[in-house]
Amino acid sequence: MGSNSLHVLKGINFSVEEGELVAIMGSSGSGKSTLLNILGMLDELDEGSYDLDGVPIKNLNETKAANYRNKFLGFVFQSFNLINYKSAMENVALPLYYQRVGRKERQEKALKYLDQVGLKEWAEHLPSELSGGQKQRVAIARAMAAEPKVLLADEPTGALDSTTSYEVMDLIQKINDQGNTILIVTHEPDIADMCKRIVHLKDGIILEDKKIKQVRASEYV
Amino acid sequence: MRFIFDSNTWQEIFGSISKNKTRTVITVIGVLWGIFIYIALAGSAQGLNNGFDKAFKTVAMNSMFVWPQSSSMPYDGFKTGRLMDLRLEDVSTIQNRIPEVQFIAPRIRQGDGGPNSEPVYTVKGQKSGNYGLYGDYPVYTKIATKKIYDGGRFINEEDIEQARKVIVIGERVQQELFEKDEDPIGAYIRVGTVYFQVVGVHKLANGVSFDSDSDMFIPFTTHRKLYNTGDLVSYLCIAAYDDVDVVQVEKDIKALLRSTHRAHPDDERAFGSFNLGEAFGRTMDFAFGLTFMSLIVGIATILAGVIGIGNILLISVKERTKELGVRRALGATPSEVRNLIVLESVFLTLIAGILGIILGAGVLSGINAFTKDIDFPYTNPTVPIPYVLGALVIMVVLGTLIGLIPAQRAVSIKPIDALREE
Repeated sequence: MGSNSLHVLKGINFSVEEGELVAIMGSSGSGKSTLLNILGMLDELDEGSYDLDGVPIKNLNETKAANYRNKFLGFVFQSFNLINYKSAMENVALPLYYQRVGRKERQEKALKYLDQVGLKEWAEHLPSELSGGQKQRVAIARAMAAEPKVLLADEPTGALDSTTSYEVMDLIQKINDQGNTILIVTHEPDIADMCKRIVHLKDGIILEDKKIKQVRASEYV
Repeated sequence: MRFIFDSNTWQEIFGSISKNKTRTVITVIGVLWGIFIYIALAGSAQGLNNGFDKAFKTVAMNSMFVWPQSSSMPYDGFKTGRLMDLRLEDVSTIQNRIPEVQFIAPRIRQGDGGPNSEPVYTVKGQKSGNYGLYGDYPVYTKIATKKIYDGGRFINEEDIEQARKVIVIGERVQQELFEKDEDPIGAYIRVGTVYFQVVGVHKLANGVSFDSDSDMFIPFTTHRKLYNTGDLVSYLCIAAYDDVDVVQVEKDIKALLRSTHRAHPDDERAFGSFNLGEAFGRTMDFAFGLTFMSLIVGIATILAGVIGIGNILLISVKERTKELGVRRALGATPSEVRNLIVLESVFLTLIAGILGIILGAGVLSGINAFTKDIDFPYTNPTVPIPYVLGALVIMVVLGTLIGLIPAQRAVSIKPIDALREE
């Protein structure tokens, strides 16, 4: 990235088991987003190794990375990143399009996942017609639609007020309850407390890695 | 290839195109204008071409006229300024000595052989007029096609042999001497002091012609008996074979005439000539130049339009950086993203091209309808299908190439950077 290289992560060693809900915390500049991007194959690591589901992820060209992302990973972003000229359903169906799933099946699946996030009635609406929380739920449905091994969420509640944040976290917890592995980058302690494990980063190293007792978001809703 | 025929691909393309209607329309107009100019120019050039073709159609392309003038050099005991003449024997001399010549039609214009060179006073019943009179051989129609009205004919061999008093009149002569619904064929008119039977009416041919619609033709032999002109000829109409160099034939004929008429071999003025082949060639060169220029201008305009598309797509890629980043995060491979942009470019170019062709064709047919009734060398302005297909191919190729620039840019941005961009 750019001509100046900067060592953001300085030796990180950790693994995530299937079904975990991990919060990666840290102040800005601590490397938490970089870690998530490397895990998401959006960024490259210069040293070390990364195994995903027993597959070593290295020397990826863009095409291969795209295929891995499509197969293994679901993304949820702080700014939702929905495609603004596509309806909620089309947005959810997009990863399936890149999996070469047929149109009919795509729509069925998209509707199913929209239903899971409680937005089936909003399927034909454009993102501009949805509230922030709804947009994030559509984004989560989109991330889930490809049935990924890992769901990566970069500050999923960063652009939402606390009530909506808890709704979104409630949804994430429910998805986790179904056995999905989820990693969340956040700097909000209350959001982190809703996970099962917190990894604290500071200046590119792991400061603390602890399992916690999960706070259910539904208690706040 | 599968990608192109996948309906999902097209849904994606339609989605992104219809999202930005203004952008799409402006983009399309650029190329539409280009192909419109191309079609309009190429069609007009073709129309002019056809128009010239039609104008020259009535006269053999490789024909010429040779007439006597006066000498400008003393030679063989003759002084300068001797009046030259042409005689029937020159016809056989030329035919024998110059094999490139296909037809020779000697003509005599009334008055050239005698003191009276006025148009001839002609009477039909109560009506009269003055018209030019020519003595002709049937072969004349081989060189200058005469359109004869239904039921009529031109002078034939028997007319010549028997020196019949038959006449072919011009369209205007018919209009001035005959009633509107009167059939002139078989009628008698008085030319000078002699009655002639009308055997045909010739229609004035548009374009290049030596005759006017007020001219009348009688058999050469009749003319010579009436006006006592002997073997005298006013001028020769000569057609060379199709594949010969008419300019050289023209030179050869004049050189031959100079030698048989005892004029100085270098006396260019002794005999005058006009070479239609040369004139035709020059006009055709002009028409070709026009076609060629319209091709160049048209293609340059298309190019400008396509570059415009590339430009707008480049901006649109910049606008869509984030969207493209999302697509790649969701698993779009770089080639899928690239194909999306390129296909968008090609698709827009093609749509614009087809609209432009339709518009251009409409304008051409409009011009055609407008110029149909006026005397202007412009006929059937068409653009040959290969030109149209060629233009479409060029557009697709250019659209692809130009689309590759924004497409390459789109994939050169890493998805992570694209997503980070706010």
